[in-house]
Amino acid sequence: MRSSHRTDDPTRRTNGGEYQGEGEGEGEESCSGLVHVSHLPPGVLRDIALVWLADAVVGVPFGAIAVAGGLPVWVPVLMSLLVYAGSAQFSAVGILTAGGGPVAAAATGLLLNSRTAAFSLALADDLGRSWTARLIGAHLITDETAAFVLAQSGARQRRAAFWISGIGLFAAWNLSVLAGALAGSALGDTDRFGLDAAFPAVLLALVLPALRADSAARRASAAGAVIAVVAAPLLPAGVPVLLALLGLLAARRDPRRPRTATSGSAS
Amino acid sequence: MNATLACVLALAAGTYVFRLAGPVLHGRVELPARMQELLTVGATVLLVALLATGAFTEGQGFAGWARPAGVLVGGVLAWRRAPFAVVVVGAAAATALLRLAGVQ
Repeated sequence: MRSSHRTDDPTRRTNGGEYQGEGEGEGEESCSGLVHVSHLPPGVLRDIALVWLADAVVGVPFGAIAVAGGLPVWVPVLMSLLVYAGSAQFSAVGILTAGGGPVAAAATGLLLNSRTAAFSLALADDLGRSWTARLIGAHLITDETAAFVLAQSGARQRRAAFWISGIGLFAAWNLSVLAGALAGSALGDTDRFGLDAAFPAVLLALVLPALRADSAARRASAAGAVIAVVAAPLLPAGVPVLLALLGLLAARRDPRRPRTATSGSAS
Repeated sequence: MNATLACVLALAAGTYVFRLAGPVLHGRVELPARMQELLTVGATVLLVALLATGAFTEGQGFAGWARPAGVLVGGVLAWRRAPFAVVVVGAAAATALLRLAGVQ
């Protein structure tokens, strides 16, 4: 998600007050002191709050789509708590509701989430030193938290950005998914509201910054998308998307080999 | 165990292992730059393939025109750097309006 976009919305500032309690509750006792909202540079909290809001706006249709597709309410809710990765959840639910089978759903989700390993390596020092902080913090590593942390300089700012964005995102995501799942069963056919177009649009918005920045990613993605769409009528759900990785061959031939910034990546 | 539950748990466990890589290795190991690039581009490719199949196909068939048209509206909004919420609502609203007008 875009951490850099600036949409002025001064009302978001009020989130500062309610945040402190949560941040302190998570801070580890041992080494480097508690995380506090005042450790963030001015304006960063507003950006973070906007991304909380954006994720909540995505979480509601996620819950609604899963339930409207025939899954019981506990599936999106449990998935959001335990998997906690928007794009992997969407793809897994998409495959499950399209009858693609649980193996394809889990495999696709895992492939999508393999990138969190790269983020996790990049953020290793920013979670805190105690094992409690590391074990809990690891679960909060997402594209969004990675983007916020990598945008900060200074250990204290980075740690504050991680925990404040991470805890808020976790809360926003899970509450909104629960709300969407509960509403979804009441909404009935969500196609009437065009919610089936929301998910591809979300993905498009998420990958657009990466596509703008990186011509190799553009070529690979275009090739991969064509492969996937052509293969979709012929192969079981989930497989076409994996086949799209063949598009990476188009990226490899790039003579300029542009560097990709981890922070600007797709979700 | 229910197959869907097994899917959720496997996905959750695998994802947590990915996320633990950094804290466990504690920043001592860095992925080679080429590998990181490939992971990042690979994730983008997967997402674009997902959005393309999601926009155009439903099951094994064509999803109709209303959905890709809505996605296109969302894409234009995103391109013009509209806020995230506007992109989502715009795409859904465009598709809903097209369906209301009889376009499938």
